Amino acid sequence: MNYAFEWGTILRAWPYLMQGLQTTLLLLVVGVVLGIALGTVLAICRMFGPRPLAALTTGYVNLFRSIPLILTIFWFYIMMPGVMRVLTGDPNLTVGPIYAALAALVLAEAAYFCEIVRAGIGSVRSGQMQACLSLGLTRWQALTNVILPQAFRNMTPSLLNQTIALLKDTSLVYVISMNDFLGAAVRIGQRDGRVVEVFIFVAVVYFVVCSAGTWLAGWLQKRLNPGKA
Amino acid sequence: MKNGDDMIEIKNVSKWYGDFKVLDDCSAVVSKGEVVVVCGPSGSGKSTLMKTVNGLEPVQQGEIRVADTVVTDRKTRLTALRSRVGMVFQHFELFPHLNVLDNLVLAQTKVLKRPLAEARERAMLLLRRVDMEAFSEKFPGNLSGGQQQRVAVARSLAMDPMVMLFDEPTSALDPEMVGEVLEVMMQLAREGMTMIVVTHEMGFARKVSNRVIFMDRGRIVEDCPKDDFFERRDERSERARDFLDKILQH
Repeated sequence: MNYAFEWGTILRAWPYLMQGLQTTLLLLVVGVVLGIALGTVLAICRMFGPRPLAALTTGYVNLFRSIPLILTIFWFYIMMPGVMRVLTGDPNLTVGPIYAALAALVLAEAAYFCEIVRAGIGSVRSGQMQACLSLGLTRWQALTNVILPQAFRNMTPSLLNQTIALLKDTSLVYVISMNDFLGAAVRIGQRDGRVVEVFIFVAVVYFVVCSAGTWLAGWLQKRLNPGKA
Repeated sequence: MKNGDDMIEIKNVSKWYGDFKVLDDCSAVVSKGEVVVVCGPSGSGKSTLMKTVNGLEPVQQGEIRVADTVVTDRKTRLTALRSRVGMVFQHFELFPHLNVLDNLVLAQTKVLKRPLAEARERAMLLLRRVDMEAFSEKFPGNLSGGQQQRVAVARSLAMDPMVMLFDEPTSALDPEMVGEVLEVMMQLAREGMTMIVVTHEMGFARKVSNRVIFMDRGRIVEDCPKDDFFERRDERSERARDFLDKILQH
C-alpha cells in the first residue's frame, strides 16, 4: 500500500479542531460534575428515601439505562424546544443543540452514576452507619461525614471508568450536528480528503486524554487513602 | 415501679424479623453502676436485645426505658438518647478516613456542639485513659485490633455516656489482644459505669460482672447473680448448664 501521509491538514485546521475539543471537554466536565451530583442525590433517594420516592428513582434509573444514549440525545434535541416553549410560555424560544446535548448527557449519566454511588455506599460496612447512629449522629450527618467520604474513595476507579466512557460517548452528539472534537475532525478530513490522518490524530488525542485520566485517578486514590500503604 | 436506681428497664419486649421471633417477651432491669453480662449461643438474640436499648433495633412489642427516656416511645428523639448511651462493636467500627483524634472529635462537635478545642482536649484525656494518646495522629488502619477497640471505647466515652453497651468487644481480636481491652473495661466497671456486655469471656463475667443473663432462642432463660450462675450450676436450667459445659470445657 502506497499512501502518502500529509499531516499539514491537521496543522492548518488546528484552531478549528481545538474548538471542537473545547466543546467535547465542556460536555464531559458538565456531564461528569452534574451527573455525579444528581446521581448521588438519586442514590440517596433510592437507598434511604421513603418508598414511593425510592420507586420513582428506580424507575428513572431503569428508563435512562435502557435507552441508547444516542436516542436520548436525539429526543432532547427534538423535544426540548417544544417543552421549554410550553414551560416558559414563550412561543419563539429556541434551545441551542449544546443545551439539548448537555441536558441529555447529565440526565442519562446521572442514572449510571447513581448505580455507581449506590454500589459505593453499599461497599461501606453497615456497622459504620450503626456506629454513627450509636454516637447520636443523624442519618444525614452519618452520610455526609462518614459514609459518603468512604464510598467515594472506594468508587474512584468506577467513577473514572464511567468518565472515560462518557468522554467517548460525547462524540454521539454528532447526531444533532454538533461540532465536538470528533465532529470537527470528520468535517476537516472530508473537506481535505485526509480522513486517514485525521482519524489517526483523533484516536491519539482520545488515547492521551484517557490515559492521563487513568493516571490522575491512580494518583488521587493514593492521596485519598492515607493509612493504606 | 420506677425506682431511682434503675438505669435501664426492659419490659416484655418482643421483636420479629418477618415470621421469625428474635426476641420473645424479654424483661430485665439494670441498676445504676451494675455490670451485666449477656451470654448464650449464637443466634439467641443477645446482640439484638442490647441494640434495642439505644433504639438501633426497633421492637414491635414492649417498653424500654433508659434513665428518664422511654426508648420505645415514637416521640422520643433517639439521637439525644444515643449520644448518652455508648456502644462498642465487635468490629470496632472506627471511621477509617479519619485519624484517631478526629474519630473522637466528630460526634462531640456535631452532636454535643462542643467547641473544637474543648472536644480535642476531652479526646486526648480519654485517649490517655486507654493508653492510646501516642497514636492520636494515626489512622485506624495502622492500629492493631486491640488498639482500635481501645480507641473505640474512648470514642464512646468522649460523649460522657451514662451507660455503655459492649457487643462482643473481644471476639474479633487476636487472643493476645483480648487482655488489653478487657483491662480497659474492668477499669470502667471499677469506676462505676453501668454496663451491658455481650460476651463469651466467662473469665470477665466471673471477675467483673454483677449479674449474668443467659439467653436462648430469643428468650431470657436465666437472670441471676454471677455467683449463682457459675457456682450453683445444679440450680440452672438445662440449656444454661449445657452452654456452660461447652464453653468452660476448654
